Amino acid sequence: MSVESLEKIDTKVFERPTTLIDTEMHYCPGCGHGVAHRLIAEVIDELGIVEDTIGVAPVGCSVFAYNYIGVDFSQAAHGRASAVATGIKRVLPEKYVFSYQGDGDLAAIGTGETIHTCNRGENVLIIFINNGIYGMTGGQMAPTTLPSMKSTTSPFGRDTKSMGFPLKITELVAQLPGTYYVTRQSVHKPLNVRRAKKAIQKGFEYQKLNKGTCFIEIVSNCNSGWKMSPVESNKWMDEHMLAYYPLGDIKLPNDTEA
Amino acid sequence: MIKLMKGNEALAEAAIRVGADAYFGYPITPQSEVLEYLAREAEQKTGMVVLQAESEVAAINMVYGAAGTGKKVWTSSSSPGVSLMQEGISYIASAELPCLIVNVQRGGPGLGTIQPAQSDYFQSVKGGGHGDYRMIVLAPATVQEMSDFVKLSFELAFKYRNPVMMLTDGALGQMMEKVEFFEQQERETLDLDWTTVGKPPTRSHNFITSLHIKPDKMEEVNIHLQKKYKLIEENEIRYEEIMCEDADYIITAFGLVARICTKAAELAREKGIKVGVFRPISLFPFPYEQIKSHTGKIKGILDVEMNAGQMIEDVKLSVEGKVPVEFHGRMGGIVPTPDEILEALEKYIAGGKL
Repeated sequence: MSVESLEKIDTKVFERPTTLIDTEMHYCPGCGHGVAHRLIAEVIDELGIVEDTIGVAPVGCSVFAYNYIGVDFSQAAHGRASAVATGIKRVLPEKYVFSYQGDGDLAAIGTGETIHTCNRGENVLIIFINNGIYGMTGGQMAPTTLPSMKSTTSPFGRDTKSMGFPLKITELVAQLPGTYYVTRQSVHKPLNVRRAKKAIQKGFEYQKLNKGTCFIEIVSNCNSGWKMSPVESNKWMDEHMLAYYPLGDIKLPNDTEA
Repeated sequence: MIKLMKGNEALAEAAIRVGADAYFGYPITPQSEVLEYLAREAEQKTGMVVLQAESEVAAINMVYGAAGTGKKVWTSSSSPGVSLMQEGISYIASAELPCLIVNVQRGGPGLGTIQPAQSDYFQSVKGGGHGDYRMIVLAPATVQEMSDFVKLSFELAFKYRNPVMMLTDGALGQMMEKVEFFEQQERETLDLDWTTVGKPPTRSHNFITSLHIKPDKMEEVNIHLQKKYKLIEENEIRYEEIMCEDADYIITAFGLVARICTKAAELAREKGIKVGVFRPISLFPFPYEQIKSHTGKIKGILDVEMNAGQMIEDVKLSVEGKVPVEFHGRMGGIVPTPDEILEALEKYIAGGKL
């Protein structure tokens, strides 16, 4: 076979999803946000719902999600993404609406909106990136920072006596009758990436059923905030974060219907 | 159709009739009738989304999300609740989202009282949230205007892609008056190019944001906003003049207080004092030039408000020191009477202040 004919064979086995905008991301090398963005874009492409999807970006590292995921997007005030998603979904009930929020946004300043959006059973998908730290503002303590974990505002480690305990908000929202599908995933290993994608796909698909809120936590790393290399941070995440935030489904549709 | 109705209910009925798509609110006295009326009437009449949010913070952010789709969206609250909305209003103004926010004011500061006041003038007109932004602010004085201004507010909101506030008070919200409603309008989907409704293949994705990290871009956004506000100042000034033609003295007042001042002016005229009333209807844009135009003909201005003196600053800016401006105000939920306003006016005249 000549070189020319070889070139004609389509050898592409991996490509950028159409919905993932071809641009430089501001995320630190090694950060999980890029993978999570890609999975969302892949799912939107595969479900063919780019025209029917509206995203809500939070305040935090993923504030610029609208520069990377090529669907219509609304950027929300800190903590209010699920309220903004509620507003959009209520006037456009036939569309797919998702919010993408970090731990500070969703589980600290926006706890009220998160709980009540889930309690009303808004038919939206909430994607919650939990990396146990405030990344964008430079490594401060998050509601999900682990006990004894150091941050710039818990420099001697999180003392649960004075700083409280890491909030397992995902387990909390799973208790609410308004949630339909609640799961905790990660994107630090190939197998986990595949599982997270499956979860995101379900989260979008279930919106059509109008059965309630889908809530996907993705435990992620923040190598910059944690002051580790990407590899170290993933190892640390495996050993510490996942011990406190175990992966897996917390509430499945069958549980709701049972 | 003429009906006898509370101001708050007229407001709600007008929003149904104007074809509003969604209302997000939280109960607070003295405006809870708005949500109650809508909960009873709106969905079955037009299918308007009516949602009781978990807080005013959530409500204004629901407004932000829904307004971004180009729908007619609104909320209402009273002073403490509107304070909670200020962050959201700043975002809405920056992202240039059309919507209506109604403040049925009560006395403050703090939890204050449930009685009427006008002490949120500064907050409404000068920008209660952060950053250089303006809302268009309309001050109704009658239950009729509580209805009419809903329609006007949505027209202005969409014309300028700007939040509009109706600044009213608990007395106007609670009192019953005759109101003639405009015809029911159909809810409509407007063809707008900036909305987040799902991206058709014919355009790139839209996003609504108020974040512009680069200072040159942020300044550009600010310059654009200021140009828009200038345009609003040129085109949308509204006011009412009552008995001003031959007046020696003018009372400036907005909202319900202007009606009380009209009675005071009539009482003054019975005593031979020629008094007129100038009522700014749009508080932003403020009728500076229109007030100034009277300064050659009058001896002075009495500004009357249900606060410690807020609009008076704009009245003083209007007259550029050409005539004296004195103040009479009541606070904490007290509504001034025509007699006390006349008394204040006579006192200032006798004392040589006016």
